[in-house]
Amino acid sequence: MNQLSVQHLLGIKHLTKADIDLIFSTADHFKEVINRPIKKVPSLRDITIANLFFENSTRTKLSFELAEKRLSADIINFSASQSSVKKGETLIDTANNILSMKVDLIVMRHPHVGACDFLSKHVNAKIINAGDGTHEHPTQALLDSYSIREKLGSVKGKKVIILGDILHSRVALSNIYALKLQGAEVKVCGPKTLIPKYIESLGVGVETNIKKALEWCDVANVLRVQNERMATNYFPSTREYTKLFGINKKMLDSLDKEIVIMHPGPINRGVELTSDVADNSQSIILNQVENGVAIRMAVIYLLAQQIERK
Amino acid sequence: MSAKILLNSKEIHIILHRLACQLIENHTHFKNTVLIGLQPRGIFFAKRLVTILRNDYGISNIQLGALDITFYRDDFRRRESPVEANKTTIDFVVEDKRVVFIDDVLFSGRSIRAALTAIQSFGRPTEIELLVLIDRRFSRHLPIQPTYKGRQVDAINQEKVIVQWKDNNEKDAVYLINN
Repeated sequence: MNQLSVQHLLGIKHLTKADIDLIFSTADHFKEVINRPIKKVPSLRDITIANLFFENSTRTKLSFELAEKRLSADIINFSASQSSVKKGETLIDTANNILSMKVDLIVMRHPHVGACDFLSKHVNAKIINAGDGTHEHPTQALLDSYSIREKLGSVKGKKVIILGDILHSRVALSNIYALKLQGAEVKVCGPKTLIPKYIESLGVGVETNIKKALEWCDVANVLRVQNERMATNYFPSTREYTKLFGINKKMLDSLDKEIVIMHPGPINRGVELTSDVADNSQSIILNQVENGVAIRMAVIYLLAQQIERK
Repeated sequence: MSAKILLNSKEIHIILHRLACQLIENHTHFKNTVLIGLQPRGIFFAKRLVTILRNDYGISNIQLGALDITFYRDDFRRRESPVEANKTTIDFVVEDKRVVFIDDVLFSGRSIRAALTAIQSFGRPTEIELLVLIDRRFSRHLPIQPTYKGRQVDAINQEKVIVQWKDNNEKDAVYLINN
C-alpha cells in the first residue's frame, strides 16, 4: 500500500496498521533526508500550509514548521493570541478566511475536543490534528511509536507503561490507540484521580504502584501533570506526586533490566523525572524530537499526495 | 501483449564488459570518481558493473551509492497512483568528485533531471556523467543524453522496455513489451 486510507489525520483511532507502517517507512526516508548536508526536498513547492495554533505550543509548532519547510511548502502561521479570534471570530470564519488565501492543508491545535473533526467537515482542505483538547495528538503518538521501533526494533509485543496525568492527556489516548494497533501491551500508571474511569475498555491495564509498573515494562512514556487543565486538586501536593510517581536514577538502577525512558515534553524536571533520568543514556527524549520532524514530514507528504491539482 | 527479446544474457555480459572498459578509459583508477545507482532498478546494474570492475579489472577502491529521486520527481500529485520511495545510501562526499549516474533505461529524461537536483543535496560534483544500459532515443522530453550507453533502442511510446537481472532472481534479459 502506498496511500493512506484517510483523507485527514484527525486521530490515530481512524488509522489502520497499514497506514502506520506506511507513515513509518516514509519517515525512514525523510530521516535520511534531514541528515543530509542539504536537508530540503522540493516535493511540496506548490502546496501552501496554514499552521493554526489556538493553544500554546513550542515544540510541536516548531517541529511542524520545520517539517513543512524541509518539504519546500509555503507556510502561514497563525496563533490565537495575535488574531481576530480574540475579537469574536468563529473557527469556521477564521479557517475560511485563511482558505480564501488558497491554503491546501491546515495543521491545527485547539483547546476543544473535536475541533479538527469539525473543521474537516466544513472546509475544503486537508486537516492535521496537532492536538485537540484532551482528545488526541496523533503525530506525537506516531513519533513515540516510531522512536520505540527505532530503539527496540519493533513495537509488537513490547510492554509500555504510560505514566502520569492520563486523564488530561491527549498524548496518552493517541499512544494507547497507536500502541495497541501495533500489538504492544499497554498499562497506565498514575494517581487514581488522574486515570479515566473506563480506561480498561481500551484494552489497557492499570497500575498504581510505580515500582511494579517499571518492573513490568520495557518502555516508560512519562507524561507531565497538566496543571493548566485542572479545575480542581487531583492530588495533595506536587511533592507527594513526585514521591509516589516520580522516576529517579536510584529507582532505575534497582531494576534488573534497562528500560527505555520517553517524555513528550515539556519536562518538569524534579517532578515526574529527575534530571539524571531525563539526561541518562536510557532516555530517548531528544531522539523523539528528531523523529518528530521526520514523522511530520511523512504525514504531510502522504496527505499532500491526495490533494487534487487545480 | 507481446514480448520481444532485445538483449539476451550473453549480449548483456558483453555490453557490461564494454561499459566497464569505457569507464576505466575515462576514470582510470577511480580515485576521484563515485558511482551512483538510481533507485530502484539502476542499483542491480550498478552493482553488477562494480563487481566486474573489481573482479575482472582489479579496481578495488570503487565507491558506490544509491540515490532515490522520489521526493524530487516532477509528477508529484500528477500520477494516478503514488510512487513509493526507496532508500538513499551515499556514505561519501560528492563535493568536487566526478559522479557517474547509473540507470537501466533512459526514456523521457525526467528521472535524470530529478537525480541532477537530488545529488546537489550531497554537495557540488565537478562533473556528472550518465551511464545507461538501454537508451530509448526519440522518447526524450528533456535535453538529456547518456555519456555511456549499452544499446540504443527505437521504441514507440506505448511500448515498454523491461530489464531483468539475475541478482533480482530473474535471468539477465531485456524485453520489449507491446501492450
